[in-house]
Parts: sequence; C-alpha cells; structure tokens
Amino acid sequence: MEAFTTHTGRAVPLRRGNVDTDQIIPAHWLKKVTRNGFEDGLFEAWRKDESFVLNAPERKGATVLVAGPDFGTGSSREHAVWALQNYGFKTVLSSRFADIFRGNSLKNGLLTVVLPQEVIEQLWKLTEADPTAEVTVDLVAREVRAEGVTAPFELDDNARWRLLEGLDDISLTLGNEADIAAFESRRPSHKPSTVRA
Amino acid sequence: MGRTLAEKVWDDHVVRRAEGEPDLLFIDLHLLHEVTSPQAFDGLRMNGRQVRRTDLTIATEDHNTPTLDIDKPIADPVSRTQLETLRKNCAEFGVRLHPLGDVDQGVVHVVGPQLGLTQPGTTVVCGDSHTSTHGAFGALAFGIGTSQVEHVLATQTLPMAPFRTMAVTVDGELPEGVTAKDLILAVIAQIGTGGGQGYVIEYRGSAIEKLSMESRMTICNMSIEAGARAGMIAPDQITFDYLEGRDHAPTGADWDEALAYWKTLRTDEDAVFDHEVRIDADALTPFVTWGTNPGQGAPLSASVPDPASFADPGDRLSAEKALEYMGLTAGQPLREVAVDTVFVGSCTNGRIEDLRAAASVVQGRKIADGVRMLVVPGSVRVALQAVDEGLDKVFTAAGAEWRHAGCSMCLGMNPDQLAPGERSASTSNRNFEGRQGKGGRTHLVSPQVAAATAVLGRLASPADLSDAPVLTEV
Ligand code: SF4
Repeated sequence: MEAFTTHTGRAVPLRRGNVDTDQIIPAHWLKKVTRNGFEDGLFEAWRKDESFVLNAPERKGATVLVAGPDFGTGSSREHAVWALQNYGFKTVLSSRFADIFRGNSLKNGLLTVVLPQEVIEQLWKLTEADPTAEVTVDLVAREVRAEGVTAPFELDDNARWRLLEGLDDISLTLGNEADIAAFESRRPSHKPSTVRA
Repeated sequence: MGRTLAEKVWDDHVVRRAEGEPDLLFIDLHLLHEVTSPQAFDGLRMNGRQVRRTDLTIATEDHNTPTLDIDKPIADPVSRTQLETLRKNCAEFGVRLHPLGDVDQGVVHVVGPQLGLTQPGTTVVCGDSHTSTHGAFGALAFGIGTSQVEHVLATQTLPMAPFRTMAVTVDGELPEGVTAKDLILAVIAQIGTGGGQGYVIEYRGSAIEKLSMESRMTICNMSIEAGARAGMIAPDQITFDYLEGRDHAPTGADWDEALAYWKTLRTDEDAVFDHEVRIDADALTPFVTWGTNPGQGAPLSASVPDPASFADPGDRLSAEKALEYMGLTAGQPLREVAVDTVFVGSCTNGRIEDLRAAASVVQGRKIADGVRMLVVPGSVRVALQAVDEGLDKVFTAAGAEWRHAGCSMCLGMNPDQLAPGERSASTSNRNFEGRQGKGGRTHLVSPQVAAATAVLGRLASPADLSDAPVLTEV
C-alpha cells in the first residue's frame, strides 16, 4: 500500500448526500478482474450530464473530493475505492462515511477524513468560489487546512500508523501466526466445515 | 455487567487482543463469489501465499450468471471471463466451488444457510454487503471488501474495529398480509440509511421470535441498508429445527455440544445496548419505497411525500432528486403508481417461503397486460423445491417468467435489467439509481405486494385484489 503523510491539491465539491457505491462505480464495471482501469466508470451516470461538477474543465487534476454526508453507502465493492484512486483522488472528506467503504479506503491508502458538516460547507463555498483553491490534508498533524479553514480530524492511532508507514495488513497479521495456530487448536469440533463428510 | 449476543460471539473469536490495536478475530466461514474475489486471489499469487483454511471456504457463482439458457456459453465476454477466473482460482487454490449448473449453486447468502454452514455463534464473512443475512442464525456476519477477502484467505482472521450495539425491539404481532420485508423497510425509514452506522443491530421482541428463519434472514439481510455493521437474531428452537439434518449441520455428540453452546447465545438480562429502538408490530402495514435509497419508504396506503415536508435540508434535497429520477410527483397516491416489471427473487426474498407467498397471490389469476413478471429462485435447491410444489406452474399459468437461480435483476450485472425509464416493483434490497439497469426505477416491496402489483399493474397489496378477475382453472 502507498503511504499517506500529507497531501495538498485542488478539490471537487460534491454537493450530494447519500452517494452510494452504485453511483461511484456502477455494477457493470465490476466484471473486471483487475484493480485498475476503473477511472472512466467513476460516477459514470452523473458524468453524462455536462453540468456535473467533475466535468468542469477547471476541476481537471483535482485530487481532493469534498462530499456530502453518508458517502459510500450500499455495496461492499472495493472497486469504488479503486475507481476514486484510478481517477486521481487521494483523499475524500465527508461528515459521515459508510463503514465498509471507510474500511476499504483505509486499506488502500485512500484517506477518508471525517469532518463536521459546517467545515464541509466551508470547503464547498471556498472551492466553488475559487476552483484553484488548494486543500491540504495533513495526516501527521491530523488536520485539514485551506484558506480560512483549519480543522482537526480524528483517526485512530493504529489506522494512522499503518497509513503513514504504508503497511500491508496481511504481513502484520501473519506476524501473529502463533496466536492464530493456538486459536485453531482450541476451536471446538462442532464448528462447521465446508468439506463434505 | 452482562453481555449482548454480539459481544459474546465476538469475544469467542478473539485470536489476539492488544492495547491500541483492533481485535484480531477468527473467521469460521468465508463465502466467495466471482465479483469481489479475483483481485484477492491475484494478491495471494503475487505474494506467494496459500488459502490458509480451504475447509472453511466455499464459493459460488451468482452475480453474473444468466437466468435463461444456462447451458449455452455466456454471451457477455466480460462476465464469462469473471466466472472463468473464479473457476481457475478455486481449482488452483483448492476451494470448493458450486458453479452455474451445479445443484448447490445460487445466491451466496441463500446457499450458506441451506447447506447448514451458517450456524449460531459463528463468524461469517463474504465480499458482499448482504452477508448480514447470516446474522439471522445468531452468527456475527460481516460484509467485507476485497482487501479483507485476501486477508481472510491468507490468514483466516480479520482485524476488526470495535462496534456499538443497538437493539431493535419489535413487540406485538405482524397483522395479516404484513411481512418481514414491510417490517425492515419501516425500520430503515425510521432510523435512516445512516442510522445503524457503527452498530451491530440485534432484532428482538415477541414479533421477531415468531418469525420463520426465512423471514429472519429477510430482516438481517437489509441491516446494511440502515448502514449497520451487522444484524443478528438470537438462535432459538426455530433456528435449531431449521439446521438439524442439513448437509453441514453437526451430528451425534457434536450436535449435542453445539446445541448446548447455541443455547447460551442470548443477550444477558443485565446487558446494556448503546442504543435502543422500539417498533410496534401491530401498527405496521405493507410498506413500499418511493425514492432512491431504502430509507425513502412509506406505507402503501400513503402518497408520495412532498420534499418540502422534510425538515432537514439534506433530506429535502435528496427527496427532490429522488422524485425527479423516479418520475413521481408529490401527493400522488402510491397505489396509483403503475409498473412495467415485477421482480421476485434475490437474497432478500428469493427463498422458498417467499416464492410460496407470491404464488399464493397469483394463483388462479393473470398478471396485468403489459407487465413482465420475473420469478427467480435464490438457489437451485429452492427452484427444485418450488417445482416439487408446483409453484413454477402457478407462476407460468399467471403469465410470469420462471427463471434459473441467480442474483438476476437485483443488480445490473447480468442480462436481466430494466430499460431506461422502466419502473419495477422488486423484492430485492436496493432502489439506488440505476441499480436494476441504467435509468431503471425501483420500488422495493414484499413478495406479496410484488405479486399483487403484477396482477393489477400498479402498486398494490393482496387486500386490493378482491375485485381482480379470478380464473376458475389454473
Ligand atoms: S441477490 Fe442482490 S443483494 Fe443479494 S448477493 Fe445478489 S446482487 Fe447482492
């Protein structure tokens, strides 16, 4: 996983709440068997509308998505995270994320930042008025900064450490092999097995 | 202090607990399907890793599979590649697979329980948000992403963030014609699509205790639509009776031991939930959605709400957008909304009891002119049982299409899709924009409402059918 320390970039203000993963990446894109090539599927239906914010020329190259509450609801598809990353987003800001989406994003190094809705509103106003305005997401200081905005955010120490170091969860877990083996050896025999009797 | 059911199951699976780290949980059952697994197997290959416990892993094909002509090669080359990739991966890593055409193939959340693999007090994961279905057995069942699928394949464990507990207590008795689907739609409308966020919900109360396993699965299935991490129902005699004798249920001394353990899986009297919601079952009526998320629902007897009536500006905006997308106007009675398509199926309502309920409504009737009704069993075994009971004939005599098992029109990944602007009454779980096909409009309903809607061509419940023409012969 790519490490995340601090990132500064232009933003896309997405004034919508309840953006479900079917909107982020529609189901027909899920047939791909790779982790890349999803950029054209990102918000596919909405992008057909020329006035959709992502289509504005001045938003090209933006890397910070500022979204409404309940971002990433619905399906568990990690493709939603890959689509955002493939498109070029490094971080998503919202007042509330769906749990599975949040977990997926942090595992892939896409930093999802929870901020109060007032701060989101401020960032919307700022970046709508000035598309060149930059937003900094500083994971070291756990702070979001932009002109007139300094907002702390929370992320638990463990998740932060893994992001800062770009650590692979599986290697970390395999470091606890002895614990897993010990658990397996005391697991009751009545537990289900997929092997046919 | 006492513990809740969810906390008990969690505690029994902690492999490692350390200060400042998420608990590492052991996973008893890992279900796989073709959509969220290819990149996970790729990850294993890239790192030279194996599947740690093939004996706790099982795969099936459901999302991409067609429901017609299943003996012919799959027309869409991309779907075909995804299915072939799963077959190749399962063969290479030694994972048991039930492919299209196999008697145990079906929607992954229908297959696990029917094989008896989903058991009380187990941890179940799948790269699919509706894994919450399995909580109906008193299992702690989470939908996970592809990175986590890879993690479970490699280690049979998952580091999991702590959860909060919510009790949804439903007392009383569901009135005649009101189902588990109506109940869960009403719960979601009440707590909102984000209301369950961070919580494991336990459904309890006298109305829940009376429900069959099928109905309990419908309820737990849709926990994710309230944003919950999982949904659970304490196991009881109904659970034990459902499991006994199934392929992978314990037998002999193991059964006795399992049963003794399962009986301990109840929330202690003095346990405290972080949040509690109460619902009166007696007050419920058939419920349908009018919007583009499962929380935008109302009783069938109501009218399309006026967006201006929502106090919260975000809710108002999303209601406005929803009505525009759905082609509805505020104040329009829901009973007057005409549909083109009716879909009975999915992991929410594609089990035998659901098919029986829908069949009992269309029995001896004809579906309305111009309405297409698809009946798609959740698994091959459900299909066989339905054929055994003659339900397929009831459906086809009424003018419905009887299809092969799969996810079908629940999501636009296989040939069963709505055309742009088409409107459906669907027993599935998501009414998101484009979920059933680009531009398609979805109303979520129970199997009974779906069937009555097919007969009248507009949103309706069986109670509305008294005037519908009844044919004397089937
Ligand atoms: S039936 Fe629908 S919700 Fe269930 S697994 Fe298939 S696509 Fe997902």
